[in-house]
Amino acid sequence: MNILKTLTMSAAALAITAPAAMAEWQPRKPVEFIIMAGTGGGADQIARLLQGLIQKKDLSPRPFIPMNKPGGSGAEALSYIKDKEGDNHTLLVALNSIYTTPIIQEGLDIDVTTFAPIGLMAMDTFQLWVNTDREDITDLDSYVAAVKAAGDSWKVGGTGSGQEDSILTAMMEKELGYDVVYIPFPGGGTVAKNLVGNQIDSTVNNPAEQMEFWRAGNTKPLVQFNGERMPPFEDVPTAKELGVDIEYYMQRSISGPAGMDPEALAWYQDLFKSLFHSQEWQDYCKSDGLTCDTWVSGEELQSFHETQLKRHVELIESVGAASITSE
Amino acid sequence: MDSILSLLTAGLLQSFEPLNLAMIFLGCFAGLFIGAMPGLGSVNGVAILLPVTFLVPPTSAIIFLAALYYGAMYGGAVSSITLGIPGSSTAVATVFDGRPMAQQGKADKALMAAAIASFIGGTISVILFTGFAPPLAAFALKFGPQEEFALMLLAFATFIGLGGDDIPKTIFSILVGLVLAAVGFDIISGKPRLIFFDMVEFQRGIEFLVLAIGIYGIGEMLWTLEHTKGAVQIHKVETGFRRMIANLKDVRKYLPTTLVGSVLGFVVGTLPAAGATPASLMSYGLAKSFSKDGDSFGKGNVAGVAAPEAANNAASTGSMLPMLTLGIPGSPTTAILLGGMIIWGLRPGPLLFTESPDFVWGLIGSMYVANFVTVVLNIALIPVFIRVLAMPFSVLAPIIFILCVVGVFATTDRMFDTYLMLILGLAGYLLRKLNYPVAPAVLAIVLGPLTERSLRQSLISSQGDAMTFLERPISLTCILVAVALVLYPMVSKQLRKRKLAQS
Amino acid sequence: MSVRMAEMLMGVCMLLVSLGLMWTVVADDLAIGWIEGRGPGSGMWPFWLSLGMALSSCWILFRWFRNVTPESSNSDPYIDPETVFLVGVTIAAIFFLLLLSNIIGIYFSMMLFLLAYVRGIGRHGWILTISVMLGMPVAIYMLFEVALNKYLPRGWPFFENIFLHIDDFRYAIMS
Repeated sequence: MNILKTLTMSAAALAITAPAAMAEWQPRKPVEFIIMAGTGGGADQIARLLQGLIQKKDLSPRPFIPMNKPGGSGAEALSYIKDKEGDNHTLLVALNSIYTTPIIQEGLDIDVTTFAPIGLMAMDTFQLWVNTDREDITDLDSYVAAVKAAGDSWKVGGTGSGQEDSILTAMMEKELGYDVVYIPFPGGGTVAKNLVGNQIDSTVNNPAEQMEFWRAGNTKPLVQFNGERMPPFEDVPTAKELGVDIEYYMQRSISGPAGMDPEALAWYQDLFKSLFHSQEWQDYCKSDGLTCDTWVSGEELQSFHETQLKRHVELIESVGAASITSE
Repeated sequence: MDSILSLLTAGLLQSFEPLNLAMIFLGCFAGLFIGAMPGLGSVNGVAILLPVTFLVPPTSAIIFLAALYYGAMYGGAVSSITLGIPGSSTAVATVFDGRPMAQQGKADKALMAAAIASFIGGTISVILFTGFAPPLAAFALKFGPQEEFALMLLAFATFIGLGGDDIPKTIFSILVGLVLAAVGFDIISGKPRLIFFDMVEFQRGIEFLVLAIGIYGIGEMLWTLEHTKGAVQIHKVETGFRRMIANLKDVRKYLPTTLVGSVLGFVVGTLPAAGATPASLMSYGLAKSFSKDGDSFGKGNVAGVAAPEAANNAASTGSMLPMLTLGIPGSPTTAILLGGMIIWGLRPGPLLFTESPDFVWGLIGSMYVANFVTVVLNIALIPVFIRVLAMPFSVLAPIIFILCVVGVFATTDRMFDTYLMLILGLAGYLLRKLNYPVAPAVLAIVLGPLTERSLRQSLISSQGDAMTFLERPISLTCILVAVALVLYPMVSKQLRKRKLAQS
Repeated sequence: MSVRMAEMLMGVCMLLVSLGLMWTVVADDLAIGWIEGRGPGSGMWPFWLSLGMALSSCWILFRWFRNVTPESSNSDPYIDPETVFLVGVTIAAIFFLLLLSNIIGIYFSMMLFLLAYVRGIGRHGWILTISVMLGMPVAIYMLFEVALNKYLPRGWPFFENIFLHIDDFRYAIMS
């Protein structure tokens, strides 16, 4: 009976064929959820979690489809979004490479502040990690001493030249006055494993990537790069406390292509707002050491992007683009 | 040991719960079909069906996805054998002998060998997994970039004999694959490389699948078209219960290779970043090098189907190990499984075995059951798969062309790659007509990125000192074995010559 | 064109391709040498391997010159006219399949492709032709769009709309 009813109703809908008849904007095609990083990383986890939540809570009449476009530190994803100008069915799961990649790769000609601002889902943090086998290293001072003692052969693992952690590494080199060897690996998980296996000497990782090894006692954080001490790392000093002027976050936000229809933008903003406040998302933030206190969206998010972009231009200028891309 | 047995029993019991058993069946079945489509592999299946699993408890969800992963591994062989198109990189080596067997009317035999070998490979590796997970995880940690590079050398050494008789053309083919692998952004320096004609599309690089489907899908079909002049039906198809039993008895012929392949596949699979593709190639290469009639490989030797299939299934189980114990995916598919686990609130890592034993042992238990279910399903479906070959070629060919196009598009989401596939396919066909071997290029594009990256990572960390590869025990061992493998055919040829001269 | 001729031309072609690759690497200003303390530069791998390609092309040409390989002494035609026709038509058909996918969508373009191939080249009857023409798009839609959630290209808005209605219908039934 029910099926019959829907059948006749959809037949009626087919007959009318007037999209304007819809009261509120809703996606009519599957929504492409573009991830500017590879599978398994932090951004990928978040996209797939959000997709799952949307499906589970039945928040969208059409599915969200995560799509990885990791090429060129996110350049591939950014070019794709740029080409989709005015499209209402494409979203970008952004990380800091939306600022850094267009700065480092000139000629990309992308202005992220034109992107449709949907919402800031979380702020992620970074810590400096070493293997627990290094008993001689207990705090930042002994770390700096160890790096300097190693001469130029201290090995720092990271996720790729031009990525956030390479900028942070370059900032540390500048602030603390030492030189390290930066080795790129594909993905934060691989970096963490190489630290546990003693293939590298230290790394700056997101908490999510080191959490399990930390809990198992394989690795230890020395410094955190946020303004205040973050749970669960209450015992770990911030860089500022130690007199090192480095504060750096990773934003994890959702954007749409420039020129998205206002009705569509509003629909997505509502959708992600309700996701942001959901129990599942807040639990995920807590367990992965993300900060998800305030919902930032619309113009507020746009000005946030502007400030961040300016800050990254300054940062990259101060450490020199060459020290990030290396070679 | 006692505790392992009791945990395993609990896990097995768990997988026999109605919901979980249903998940296993569903997963295996879906996987078999997804894997059998050219272009679609376990990655697509797992990625797309991941959200569906939010409806069931985590253990059932991972059981479903693991079963799908398994099924797709079996299914990959189906498309390799019947159509000659590897569905994923792990099934490339299966084409080498599977396709010739199908052309000789022995597709059912090849499919049976693939199913049995997969079953043996899968089962052996689950047993190894059950018994030795923790020490193997510790071993995997010792694997740095140097060891990875040495392992890649080993993989190249094992398939040195895969090319044709024309040495410069074989070398050329390997090099083309390696160079094409470098297209796109360089992960070490972050610079774009080989962006032909300044087309931004090349920034992403050339995916293995585009080359493989181009060469094996388009190229192979053109080749067949030329030799049959369209219209004719090319394959004899026979099936029947009695023939099936006879095929089962064939197992004696390939049991030794299968066993070696299984163990090799498992060990290589457990190493993070290596995965099932090098494992299946190494297994094939070894089977060929040490076979009494190595020359029959590539022309339809049943052991040439069994060896890679045993290894790729064993490796797919093996790659669960780094995922569970280190939180590091051993293959693209496990990368997505890993994402799933995090969403379900599980924390893959060194503590998972002690903190969530129900989950881990439920998964392990389900692997035993899933293996059994898939092999039964697969054998039962062989007659169905074979029906494909009975189609007239002028109907089958356009269907395959469409599947190639849609398969490539579905994987990379770009029409650009479908054009690239067409061009590479045509080029591959024209080269193949002049006796350039194409398989080495396809293999090289898979192994190339890993090889280059690990080489450069090692040298950066040793500050340019190449001795680093010889200073580390595991890497030294791999390199020595690789050298031995390269020298072995030459030495054995010399010995045979001397023997002939004496007699 | 004889096989011998083709062998030579292909060798020259591949030599040019290799040189082109080497040139691309150099033109992109990538470091092709060994960087002290860091090992290979970003251009080293592609540059030297392309050089290897060039050298093996030269080796192939040398063997052609010496008539060592079977191909270099084979005067049979490289491609016979019938094959040229079949392969040419096939490649052209696939090309149009791809081209039209962007305009009328992959489903309609696939139907035309099947019509051309099954009826035109295969000379099969209308019943078989039409059942393949209708069966294939339905099967692809069911597998890729319904089961795997892949959105395949549907062409210009007019053609896309047709499928959006089909989608609406499907989601209405499924929910």
